Amino acid sequence: MSDYSSENGGPAPVIEIRDLTKTYLMGQTEVHALRGVSLTICEGEYVAIVGASGSGKSTLMNMIGLLDRSTSGSYRIRGEEVSRLSRNRMADLRNREIGFVFQSFNLLARTSARRQVQLPLFYAGVSERQSARRAVEALQRVGLGDRVDHRPDELSGGQQQRVAIARALVNNPSLLLADEPTGALDSRTGEELLALFDDLHRQGMTLVVVTHDDHVAHRAERIVTLRDGVILSDEPVRERASSTPIANRANALAAGDGQPV
Amino acid sequence: MKVLRYFAVALDSIRANKLRSSLTMLGIIIGVAAVLTTMGIGSGAAASITEQIESQGTNLLSVSPTGGSSTLTMGDAEALSDRSLHPALLTVVPEYTASATLTNGSSESQTQVVGVLPAYAPVRNLEAAAGRFFSEEETEANLRVVVLGGTVAADLFAVAAEALNQQVRINGEPFQVVGVLKESGSAGFGGPDSRAFVPIGVAQGRLFNAPRYRGDYTITAMSIQADGTRMEEAERQTELTLRLRHRLGPNDDNDFSIFNQASLLELAGEVTATLTVFLGSIGAISLLVGGIGIMNIMLVSVTERTREIGLRKAVGAHDRDILLQFLIESLVLATIGGLIGMGISFGLAFAVGRIPNFPFSVIIEPQALLMALGVSSASGFIFGIYPAMRATRLDPIEALRFE
Ligand SMILES: Nc1ncnc2c1ncn2[C@@H]1O[C@H](COP(=O)(O)OP(=O)(O)OP(=O)(O)O)[C@@H](O)[C@H]1O
Ligand SMILES: [Mg+2]
Repeated sequence: MSDYSSENGGPAPVIEIRDLTKTYLMGQTEVHALRGVSLTICEGEYVAIVGASGSGKSTLMNMIGLLDRSTSGSYRIRGEEVSRLSRNRMADLRNREIGFVFQSFNLLARTSARRQVQLPLFYAGVSERQSARRAVEALQRVGLGDRVDHRPDELSGGQQQRVAIARALVNNPSLLLADEPTGALDSRTGEELLALFDDLHRQGMTLVVVTHDDHVAHRAERIVTLRDGVILSDEPVRERASSTPIANRANALAAGDGQPV
Repeated sequence: MKVLRYFAVALDSIRANKLRSSLTMLGIIIGVAAVLTTMGIGSGAAASITEQIESQGTNLLSVSPTGGSSTLTMGDAEALSDRSLHPALLTVVPEYTASATLTNGSSESQTQVVGVLPAYAPVRNLEAAAGRFFSEEETEANLRVVVLGGTVAADLFAVAAEALNQQVRINGEPFQVVGVLKESGSAGFGGPDSRAFVPIGVAQGRLFNAPRYRGDYTITAMSIQADGTRMEEAERQTELTLRLRHRLGPNDDNDFSIFNQASLLELAGEVTATLTVFLGSIGAISLLVGGIGIMNIMLVSVTERTREIGLRKAVGAHDRDILLQFLIESLVLATIGGLIGMGISFGLAFAVGRIPNFPFSVIIEPQALLMALGVSSASGFIFGIYPAMRATRLDPIEALRFE
């Protein structure tokens, strides 16, 4: 990851957003979901995006994840302007640079966990043998090494979301995006998921999480608050919430062995 | 290489969605089986009709009188037998047919009795199952001998073969049975099975007392074996001689008509072609119904599929990847369904072949196979590709949000 460090040695920006707007057309009326958002997220940061329902969190997240196009404004990933790329180039960037975790998991029906995780590698053109190996490794990383042949209906909600995370991680993206990742989970499995995010963060992954939940937001280092399509506040978290005892975190650190993701 | 991997993806997807896949295939299976079976029935019927006509020989002309009383005579047949004047005519056999009652003791059968010459047997491809056809000598001597068609023999005698050398009475006159014909199988009227054959002189003389025309015995028909390569010539020569002998002026219509087997074959061909088109369209309709079935299933699964497409795009699939995947999936489904449908129709054809006395077999032609496979693949393709086309145009987020 050191390749991406900026000249002055500080962390390099992964995402640079300037004056981004998104306007939906609903018949005659225009819905201004984003009205000029500027945001920079650097290598290794853990950012939470919060705000009331309808404030534009998902819209912003979909822009960051290159799932949708902005109406105006500039968006750079590692310095490259991406807001007006061709569909195929955007698909390639989604494939290589971005891992996306959805509230509703979005797993393929009746397909084994390994196959789910292999999907991005298939479109990256990785050979079947290599992709199978990497998929199993990614599943091991999210603690599902013993569930590789299970299908979604044979997994709990938390496990399904882990499969989705393994799928998001398998192609070594620069960014992991999660829109309400705990929204469909109970508090205990949600907590396990947050612990997994903590691990990934410690391993150097850049994380952006959209959430309603203050507790979830306070696991991040920085909270961006949206209101009516603009950024209301953007502040570092002083007191990071954690339910993980210090000893466990140390163990997790050792297990993660500092390998960049 | 990558295309091969799409086959793996398609097979995965088919296996992962067995119910949806088999419902999709069901339409194709039914369609293909229906088309192939109906067209097979058409082809089978056509083949059996053609075979029956051809068994009579395609180089056969038959002449029969038209109008009230016959003006065709023995003299006409003799004149046509002159090879130097009619080089295209090989054998001319006059016939005198009338209905008579055949009896053997108390067994009785109302039968068409045909007076002919011995040459009639080779001309009409008649073969004896027992005994023989009557000879030139027996004909010359006007002996009362008879050759029975298979059905007639079976009617008069408990066992057809026992008829040989027995006596039967025709309109009360005793006749000796010298032969029994093989069953030709072409049941119904006109076939030799339900007829009895006697020397023509006997039929015209003591048996039926045939009317005369200009002092000559009349006949009811003539079978002419012609040179198969010169059929038109044969027809022209026959017509010319008969018109001359009947003293017809240039404005007079023929008082006879000439049929040839080739034109009969053509007519039958037209009839069976119509039949095949008719049956084929029934099959095509079921194929269409099958296709609509496919579309229904596809529409039902469109939500699931659209979200799947959105997800695939979200993780990096290009529009082309999606299209290719769906194309290949539809193709694989349609092909598997088509093959199963083919299997079923072959099974049906086999089963029909096992039904005893079924009048014809179901013949599945290679063209019909190609057509059915082509049409079913196309329908699987068209209907299967629909959700893909729709979703391919969407941005990934729209596809993911699709309800
Ligand atoms: N496809 C769309 N068409 C029209 N309007 C839309 C569309 N998607 C979002 N919007 C509108 O844009 C605004 C922002 O929506 P967005 O989904 O980003 O909100 P959110 O902050 O994620 O809300 P929530 O917390 O409920 O998920 C809302 O007013 C919403 O109605
Ligand atoms: Mg949202």
